[in-house]
Amino acid sequence: MKRQSRTAMWLSILCMGLGQLYNRQKAKGVLFLAIWAGLIYLTATYVSKSLQGLITLGETPTGMVKVGRLYQLVEGDHSIFLMIKGLIGLFVLLLFIGIYVMNVRDAYTNGQRIERGVPTVGIIRGLKSIENNSFPYFVLLLPAISISFLTVMPIVFNILLAFTNYADPVLPPANLVDWVGFKNFSNLVTLSSWSKTFFGVLGWTVVWAILATITTYFGGMLVAVMIEQPGIRFKKFWRMVLIIPFAIPNLVSLLVMRNLFNGQLGPINIFLRNKLGLEGLPWLTDPVWAKITVILVNMWIGIPVSMILISGILTTIPRDLYEAAEVDGASSVQKFRHITLPMVLFSTAPILIMQFAGNINNFNVIFLLTNGDPVNPQYQYAGHTDLLVTWLYKLTLNHQQYNLSAVIGIIIFIIIASISIYNFRKTRSFKEEDMIV
Amino acid sequence: MKPKIIVSYLILIVLAAISIYPALWIVMSSFKVGNSLYMESLIPKQVTLEHYRDLFTKTDYPLWFMNTLKIAIMSSLIGTLLVLLTSYAISRFRFTGRKVALSTLLVLQMFPGFMAMIAIYILLLQFNLLNNHWALILVYSSGSILGNVFIAKGYFDTIPRSLDEAARIDGASHWMVFTRIMVPLARPMLTYVSLMIFTGAFVDFIFAELILRTEEQRTLAVGLWRMVSQRQSTEFTLFAAGAVLIAVPITILFMFLQRYLVQGLTAGASKG
Repeated sequence: MKRQSRTAMWLSILCMGLGQLYNRQKAKGVLFLAIWAGLIYLTATYVSKSLQGLITLGETPTGMVKVGRLYQLVEGDHSIFLMIKGLIGLFVLLLFIGIYVMNVRDAYTNGQRIERGVPTVGIIRGLKSIENNSFPYFVLLLPAISISFLTVMPIVFNILLAFTNYADPVLPPANLVDWVGFKNFSNLVTLSSWSKTFFGVLGWTVVWAILATITTYFGGMLVAVMIEQPGIRFKKFWRMVLIIPFAIPNLVSLLVMRNLFNGQLGPINIFLRNKLGLEGLPWLTDPVWAKITVILVNMWIGIPVSMILISGILTTIPRDLYEAAEVDGASSVQKFRHITLPMVLFSTAPILIMQFAGNINNFNVIFLLTNGDPVNPQYQYAGHTDLLVTWLYKLTLNHQQYNLSAVIGIIIFIIIASISIYNFRKTRSFKEEDMIV
Repeated sequence: MKPKIIVSYLILIVLAAISIYPALWIVMSSFKVGNSLYMESLIPKQVTLEHYRDLFTKTDYPLWFMNTLKIAIMSSLIGTLLVLLTSYAISRFRFTGRKVALSTLLVLQMFPGFMAMIAIYILLLQFNLLNNHWALILVYSSGSILGNVFIAKGYFDTIPRSLDEAARIDGASHWMVFTRIMVPLARPMLTYVSLMIFTGAFVDFIFAELILRTEEQRTLAVGLWRMVSQRQSTEFTLFAAGAVLIAVPITILFMFLQRYLVQGLTAGASKG
């Protein structure tokens, strides 16, 4: 009888439901056969058509066609619609494959049950066991649907765009979009007009991320250490006051800063001119000063976060470490360098790395404060302070360079993903997470 | 007092002044007579509420406010439900595909947040569905799963499993354990998550700017940004009044949420 499960499995691979019939489960077999017929029909009609659309992205362009003696505007294929239909078709196909695998597994396990002489699992009992065991799937249904349609599908769609020529002159419905392979990627690196902008913006993005992370982190640490000194009173009050920049919504504080640093009428320049008799600085209009300003403003916003975080860790460092150091005659600088710094760094390293990754994507500070300006005439659609993300945004919204913006999105993903994966490897908290339970 | 302490106090006072100054400046500007950016002294000589009145009578500010409130409340409700369901399932159950689900969430987090937003923008543009509040609500609530699920999961991980096991032995169904035991216990976490989603949606600029096209559909964030970027020098005080009205409730909310902040940050770190 060892053969039962094998034969059932092969039969159901050949045609859904045959294996179940072989296992003498008539109702189930017939049900699966009916599903099989439905799947074949849908695959042959809907799915194959939509997949074909995904491959060709449309064949007949919109244009004037001579009908009788008159020219008429005939609507052709819409490449973007075809692409979306194709993606949905692909999802449906994956679902079908899932059902198919389920069917094969069912035939195999029930075949084994027959071999062991245990009664097979019928439709009703099967549904009951689903009710018992699949509560998590039931709970996850809604989130899964929303994530697949609002996050996964759009991301896949955007990734696909990177391999097309969907950009300003080629816009559906007037034109058909075509697949171009890796041409956009190579254009970005080799075409001098694009590569100059790309490497320039990438370089500034990296410099910005490093400076922004280091200044806020060590600034926050210094402030935290200063407040936690034994001699300082009203610790709570200082923390309360210094947290204010963090509590004000970014959007508001950045727009306020934009006015505060205004070249002509901003209070900072007025102060420099009237009180100190200086010229006033081109805070947001000079390329170098604009970069300095965004770093300074980012410190104002970011230091409070690091401060609270590090204050929390400072209180967990055992007192006796410092007492022992004092007995040995250590100065306060030595205590900081050899006790505080390593302890804090050790427990915040993963956060530090993720802050670095976050700063690469720090859209708000740049876009709301400088809008990427001052404009760099040598760049394509980018300014001196533009990061990759703000450039991507401008390319999409203002210049309709959808394919290049998708390429940049993929590049940002690769950068962030490598940093994060490195981080997981280091902290290993992902692997150990089951130990908590 | 040691000189070191005195220097520390001086530095702290300077830092405190820098921290408060922009807020103070914008509040004072909003009460100032006239509409220009220029200010002779920090405290205005004449105080007026005119700009606040203008905000409600001469601009669409009340409309923007209602739009924003509607979007933020709906996103917060739907988003919290989604976060609750996701985090509960992946914290409490060891089901087939759990590891896949966890890694998917982690990988999705690494994509630039608005790559999906931009794709949705292109899709809505092609389908002529731009300028719709529901697009914002759905995207904010779905996006909130990625941002908050690991904090929420961490919270569920700390609730002892013996609680639900005992209830199961007493004959409670999964659904009853979830609604009668887990949800009430998770209330502090749910409050935190819903407020985070609320404030996020309330001040979001990126996606709202992409989607919303007409004056009547605008949110506060977009409206405020337009005020500064287009009419900078002429109506600065109006902007100041608008900014103060947005900032005050959110700032108070954040001060209140402060104690959760460190937890949130460290929970964020363990998942990466």
